[in-house]
Amino acid sequence: MTSWQLILAASIACLALKVFGYAIPAHWLERPTTGRVANLLTVALLAALVAVQTLGSGQHLVVDARVPAILVSASLYALRVPFIVVVIAAAVVAALLRLWFGLA
Amino acid sequence: MNSARPSAVSAAVRQGIAVGIATAAYGVSFGALAVGAGLDVWQTCVLSLLMFTGGSQFALVGVLASGGLASAPAAIASAALLGSRNAVYGMRMKPELRTRWTLGAAWLTIDESTAVALAQPPGRARRVGFWVTGLAVFVGWNATTLVGALVGNLLGDTRAYGLDAAAAAAFLGLLWPRLRGRQAVAVGVGAAVLAAATTPALMPGVPVIVAALVAVLVGVFNWWERPAAAVRETPPAASAPPGSDGAP
Repeated sequence: MTSWQLILAASIACLALKVFGYAIPAHWLERPTTGRVANLLTVALLAALVAVQTLGSGQHLVVDARVPAILVSASLYALRVPFIVVVIAAAVVAALLRLWFGLA
Repeated sequence: MNSARPSAVSAAVRQGIAVGIATAAYGVSFGALAVGAGLDVWQTCVLSLLMFTGGSQFALVGVLASGGLASAPAAIASAALLGSRNAVYGMRMKPELRTRWTLGAAWLTIDESTAVALAQPPGRARRVGFWVTGLAVFVGWNATTLVGALVGNLLGDTRAYGLDAAAAAAFLGLLWPRLRGRQAVAVGVGAAVLAAATTPALMPGVPVIVAALVAVLVGVFNWWERPAAAVRETPPAASAPPGSDGAP
């Protein structure tokens, strides 16, 4: 699969899901279980992505400059600092730890 | 068409534009991360134009960055699973919008447009809130994605600039407003632990899909539910100032 095929397949899948929402009868997703699973699915995927993006390196788990960076960003979110500022702060923390202390 | 007070409509317009401007700022981080993950500037821009749902876009490039093209199926599955909540939003918005422009409305159906619309009084203000927010975010998000992709191209070694840590922080920022209630926190912790634990054993990207099982299990059996839990899908920004967190 080429990068272009990947991008088009994933984009069309996401767009199709949006259209699907307008095409189905309203009562389908009004069952509490469906709504609850849809809500929790977002939480589970994002949490898994945080874990893998912080600790993963291919198929290995490593502790490197990303770990202190994510701890700093969690504290900043808790203080209600805006998204874009936190993302930049995380990059700066990781970059400086690598530059000054040679962290992986 | 019922005659809504002009003040309600102009409030919806103001909110929508404010959310569009706030969201545009994250487009830069997405553009830079996508290029860092190995996509070119065109591919990055097509993602923002066509997929146009931030969580899925970040997920796609995140999985791609860790596993390359070999992890394509997992990358597509992650993006689609994260995009499935837009179907729920669409179902919710359909009776509110009553439009013939179904494809356009579906295209613009994201966390922000749904949240701003539902924060307005029913009727014209709600429809205006949806369209203005959707269009403002669309324009801002795509313009700044291009800027981010061009900047990312200049950076070269993205790790030296901490872009890998920025990606983790971006996911945490999308997650943060959704961690309300015991059930959500339990699912978040369980999914993170399961994804990390299965990383050494599975292909890159697959641990994220496996972790989705936690949501299905907890959701179906309704473990850790609060007695008066609101079970209807609600965009996270609906009760907070819209656009204060999360990406489209």
